[in-house]
Amino acid sequence: MLGLGIFGEETPDGDTTWAMSLLSGLEYTLALVALSWIVAMVLGSLLGVLRTTNRRWVVALGDAWVELFRNIPLLVQFFLWYFVIPEFVPPLKRMAVEMDPTRFQLLLSVVCLGLFTSARIAEQVKSGILSLPRGQRMAGYAMGLTEAQTYRYVLLPMAFRIIIPPLTSESMNLVKNSAVAYSIGLAELFFRTREMGEMTFRYFAAFGAATVLYVLVAFAINRVFAWLERATAVPGYLGGKR
Amino acid sequence: MEGFDWASVSASLPFLMKGLSYTVQLTVVAAIGGTLWGILLALARLSGIAPLAWAAAAYVNLMRSVPLLLVIFWFYFLVPVMLQWVSGAAYPPKIGPDRSAYVTFILFEGAYFCEIVRAGIQSIPKGQLGAAYAIGLNYAQAMRLIILPQALRNMLPVLLTQTIVLFQDVSLVALLNVTDLVGAAVKIAQRDSRLVEMYTLVAVVYFVLSYALSLGVKALNRRIAIIR
Repeated sequence: MLGLGIFGEETPDGDTTWAMSLLSGLEYTLALVALSWIVAMVLGSLLGVLRTTNRRWVVALGDAWVELFRNIPLLVQFFLWYFVIPEFVPPLKRMAVEMDPTRFQLLLSVVCLGLFTSARIAEQVKSGILSLPRGQRMAGYAMGLTEAQTYRYVLLPMAFRIIIPPLTSESMNLVKNSAVAYSIGLAELFFRTREMGEMTFRYFAAFGAATVLYVLVAFAINRVFAWLERATAVPGYLGGKR
Repeated sequence: MEGFDWASVSASLPFLMKGLSYTVQLTVVAAIGGTLWGILLALARLSGIAPLAWAAAAYVNLMRSVPLLLVIFWFYFLVPVMLQWVSGAAYPPKIGPDRSAYVTFILFEGAYFCEIVRAGIQSIPKGQLGAAYAIGLNYAQAMRLIILPQALRNMLPVLLTQTIVLFQDVSLVALLNVTDLVGAAVKIAQRDSRLVEMYTLVAVVYFVLSYALSLGVKALNRRIAIIR
């Protein structure tokens, strides 16, 4: 009655089934999420740290970065990266012409999503560091640690533990936001879902399958972070119950 | 690149303004409708009736783990079916994506507003509810007169911040060919081959408006903080 047989049917180009087509989309979604997560974590942590130092222009630069990426809709950012920025950056324009189109779309999507998410991560890292008692930083300096050492050994180990819950939701947001890469034609999960809907008119079957896949990915990320939170809990601190 | 063509930009301003007014309208309606729906969901989640609490939690979690883009397309196809079911008509009514978007955003944002409202309600000390019962109010009265006014005030800054997010999220309807601000820009960009001008303009407009709104929320936040 549900007519799930559609997923076993071949796509019009005949070399794969709809189920496999959706899974190949999922593969792109996962690759995009993983790569842009790395970009976002590295950049976001760096910016978050810089925004808590007392160098005024560095803080201003970090604040400007966050405001810039937070106040423009993600869809518009995708358009900017794909249609506008290559016009002003000749090497990018050359890549657009010479590179395999799919790889170029993936590359731009990673950059776009990575930078977009880095602003959010920076905000979390900053608030994590600021939530620590001021005495921790002072204690670090009093022990003769340099500023970099204080961050590395005193502040960040606690700050990152504190922000695991908001990092969890940011990471789950990243999965959801990755669907917007459809707008520049990257063949990720939502792209494949629409394609299946358009070609078979089985919209509800296609959307249903995509919903299940997205929920599964979100749930998996949620579980990984829950495990991480338990594994890194400091005894006698922060919900470290044991 | 032969430089910015401002003539094509200024000629298209009326159309862009029409798009912007749709964006604002959808944002306002969805924010108000979403807040009301969110309050109902939050009350359901916090209610003692287990099946109700469970259903609300399932709804909220489902909405929050699926991409908005997918939800927009879901409802684009679902809303006509839902309306047919409600009205008992023989055929699903034809409604465009511009109108189904209202339903989509109220139902979708309701899930996010629900979590904000729930946190707001849970931030009120338990004694308040006890005191309300002690002076003879029933549950509905206690919620309406005692708990919700305080909770809503506590969470106003977060609600407004979420509304700014919503204002930006509305742009996704452009992918269903709706003429919101971004949709209008896409249409002109493709008609006149002025992608650079149009997308830059939209980015600037969105940035200015969102940034101004977020400064407003910050100012409000400070005022509320002083009063309390």
